[in-house]
Amino acid sequence: MASEASKAISKEELWGGGRSPFSVSYGKMMMWYFLVSDALTFGGLLIAYGVARHSSEFAWPIGEQVFQALPGLEGHYPLAYVALMTFILIVSSVTMVLAVEAGHRNHKKDVVKWMGLTVIGGFFFVASQAWEWSHFIHGGGGAFKITQGMTVTGTLADGNTMQFDLNTADRVYMDHHFGTLLEEYLHGDPEVSMVESNGTVTLSGHGHTAVLEEVMVNKYVEDAATVSGSDMMKLWNAKASNGFVFGANMNENEYGVQQQYANFFFFITGFHGFHVFSGVIINLIVFIMVVRGVFERRGHYEMVEKVGLYWHFVDLVWVFVFTFFYLV
Amino acid sequence: MERDDLIVNESYALNNTHNDEAGRKIRRKIWVVTGILTLITIVEVALGIAVKRADSGLWTTVKLGFIVLTLVKAGYIVMSFMHLGDERKNLRNVVLIPYALFILYLIFIALSEGNSHLDLFETWH
Repeated sequence: MASEASKAISKEELWGGGRSPFSVSYGKMMMWYFLVSDALTFGGLLIAYGVARHSSEFAWPIGEQVFQALPGLEGHYPLAYVALMTFILIVSSVTMVLAVEAGHRNHKKDVVKWMGLTVIGGFFFVASQAWEWSHFIHGGGGAFKITQGMTVTGTLADGNTMQFDLNTADRVYMDHHFGTLLEEYLHGDPEVSMVESNGTVTLSGHGHTAVLEEVMVNKYVEDAATVSGSDMMKLWNAKASNGFVFGANMNENEYGVQQQYANFFFFITGFHGFHVFSGVIINLIVFIMVVRGVFERRGHYEMVEKVGLYWHFVDLVWVFVFTFFYLV
Repeated sequence: MERDDLIVNESYALNNTHNDEAGRKIRRKIWVVTGILTLITIVEVALGIAVKRADSGLWTTVKLGFIVLTLVKAGYIVMSFMHLGDERKNLRNVVLIPYALFILYLIFIALSEGNSHLDLFETWH
């Protein structure tokens, strides 16, 4: 049988009973308990998202079709940006675990290096999320609702054509250039003017001109298709004057008829982003303490290990958000 | 039964140090895990792009695959990066078992409720 401690451990570090049940310090175990409770919160949020989705009678927006932009580039890159964010967070998790390893060797220089890189990685993730939010809020061109049902011919992404039966209040999507100018026009911007003639709609203003060449139906669900020509004008002429949606806010979003979609996006990624933000601040404080030699004097780098647990947890949550919000 | 709560030799967390030799080994393991996590993320995105949702049979399989891959990723992060695999068995169990039980229950009960809500809506709407 194992004998009682052969190494003397100071009284302050031991629990009241003179033992340390899990052979970890009080602080580290409380960090684990906190993480369990925080994981329950995130688990609850993602499950609530699942409930909203399972009980929805309308098609739910698809991650690949909502999130396919990259900063400064035209074109479609499904989930590339989110995958990049995931990679940034995994890398900063790696630098964190390397800082913990350096701490176990009591190697201050290495701890400083890896902790510093972790702070930088976390900052890049928060900045990426800010861009993602901005893009989600501004949207991809906006949509209008139609006042009557009709059948139109649309071209699918693979080039095939198909008939679409649209109902009253279904949404028709505009392209980014047209939608941007239209939003300004609808807000009463005097510099933007609209001309409708010969079956075309032209918006001009602020040095840009946008012609409505095609619209999309089912843009964010699986059989997205483009509609042009006379069918497009039929849809445009049936637009509801108060049925325009641009991007997303707390009351409406262009991505899905379910407002829960936007609200869960804001809450889940926002709550996670807030964790990352606080993680960056905590990491920064510990980084400064490492640089000033606090832990060198203390004789161990357990504080790096504890903030490391929190930081890895943030990465862990993102892995699940990535799967259940974006992929599935 | 062997007691698991006594402090033996260097096993207390604060004394958990290692030398350069052991450090090299640990770092190699860290980079291997990094490679695995990156590879899984790339596979997930590639599958998401390659498989069309219209192919609903295949898509269901891919969705289950995503969940399995996510659990693998989570396992590597918790066991390796968070060192839970190196902790005492009873700490590991105290963290994992209550969480797993509660969350599995919640997934079952909440998703059943959601599906039932949709059924009712479709029946009576």
